[in-house]
Amino acid sequence: MPDVRMKVWRGDATGGAFVDFTVPADEGMVVLDVVHRIQATHAPDLAVRWNCKAGKCGSCSAEINGHPKLMCMTRMNTFAPDEEITVSPLKTFPVVKDLVTDVSFNYEKAKTIPAFKPKPKEADGTRRMYQEDIERVQEFHKCIECFLCQDVCHVIRDHEENKPSFSGPRYFVRLAALEMHPLDTNDRIDLARLKHGLGYCNITKCCTDVCPEDIHITDNAIIPLKERIVTRTYDPIAWALRRMRGKSADLGAGEPEPPSA
Amino acid sequence: MLVLGLFGVYAFVVSIQNANYYYDPYLSPFYSPCLTTGCVHPTFPIIGDWYNLSPAFLIVGSPLAFRVTCYYYRRSYYRAFFWSPPACTVPDARAKYSGETRFPFNLQNLHRYALYLAIPVLAILWFDAIGAFSFDGRFGVGLGSLIMIANVVLLSGYTFGCHAARYLVGGYLDSFHGKSLRFRLWSWANQLNARHSRWAWFSLFSVMLTDLYIRLCAMGVITDLRWVS
Repeated sequence: MPDVRMKVWRGDATGGAFVDFTVPADEGMVVLDVVHRIQATHAPDLAVRWNCKAGKCGSCSAEINGHPKLMCMTRMNTFAPDEEITVSPLKTFPVVKDLVTDVSFNYEKAKTIPAFKPKPKEADGTRRMYQEDIERVQEFHKCIECFLCQDVCHVIRDHEENKPSFSGPRYFVRLAALEMHPLDTNDRIDLARLKHGLGYCNITKCCTDVCPEDIHITDNAIIPLKERIVTRTYDPIAWALRRMRGKSADLGAGEPEPPSA
Repeated sequence: MLVLGLFGVYAFVVSIQNANYYYDPYLSPFYSPCLTTGCVHPTFPIIGDWYNLSPAFLIVGSPLAFRVTCYYYRRSYYRAFFWSPPACTVPDARAKYSGETRFPFNLQNLHRYALYLAIPVLAILWFDAIGAFSFDGRFGVGLGSLIMIANVVLLSGYTFGCHAARYLVGGYLDSFHGKSLRFRLWSWANQLNARHSRWAWFSLFSVMLTDLYIRLCAMGVITDLRWVS
């Protein structure tokens, strides 16, 4: 096997640059293997976050040749033999060191989503869900929180100022999983629009493209939430029907002021 | 970007031409329903001779609004024309960004109303396509009849697989239990929606090709292949 050439970004919050490494390659390697070989042979202080090496923990997210990917799931034989490969940290989050970024933004956003609040139990003391209802939300539970969707989303990737008012695709998946849950009683429609900034999403589908779990984030989470918001806020027929049926006809507040407008 | 631009130019040119849109029994989808008394083949002649512009202008708004507000096309033209972003991980062209929260982009939220307008137009196109098998009252099959049927099938796949349709037939429910019809409709819409981009492109091409075929026949450039009983 020919040696592999890899440019790895090295640095910290104050700055950094790509550093060239050339290491021996073995059959069946993934990018994370090469990074580990660089650590073992050239740069023992190279910082990289990883855990399962099986595409299930979501730790080893990075940008490989500029594309957000899991290093453990990117096989070396997908590159041309003499291709130079670049590995850099996730651009959307602040760098801690080398390939490790501070993703606490995501955990702060997670805290702002109210927990599951189930309906009262039925007379026999149980709560029932039916298969046809489970299938829709089950897709969302595949999320491994690798935050590649958050990284690629241009709303926060290119507009840092939007971070306080936009939560990103990962949390729209979370909101959709709860909003469409047949047993959940919390209303998350206004929350998605006013606090999590769903209206900023212009559905360019980059989040769906990079999802390693193949969750149809845009089609199955974001757009159905947008349609529920339309019913609540923008659709005059839905508003009139709610009034006729004696339900709350509140249209909710207007769209929040976008920081970058 | 190139394809959307070409389609826009083609649609504009054939709409202002106001000629060669009917070749018995085929009516171009750009001119159906034909609403003026001055039409070569009026569908509902509810507008009198005082209207002297192209009849295509009266109906082009419905399919145009449906496609412009379509979630799939939004993705395409935000990337192609607004560079917001030009491609994934490529920086936005603009320093400021408010997504779909401000005018005019908040009008995208009325996509379902564009769907409401598109459905009757689609029904009329089905009527035209079935009528394309009638040659002076006799049943027949022409190449144009088959093209028109293929066109409405593709348009139906695009229309009923749209995200708004999927929501309206059942997607708004949290639980499908005991609502088997809505679950079935939602499941069908889901299947169509999974390939919404293909339906969108193929139906765009089919509208253009159907018009082109009828136009070339009407201009005498080609002869329609047909079998009549």
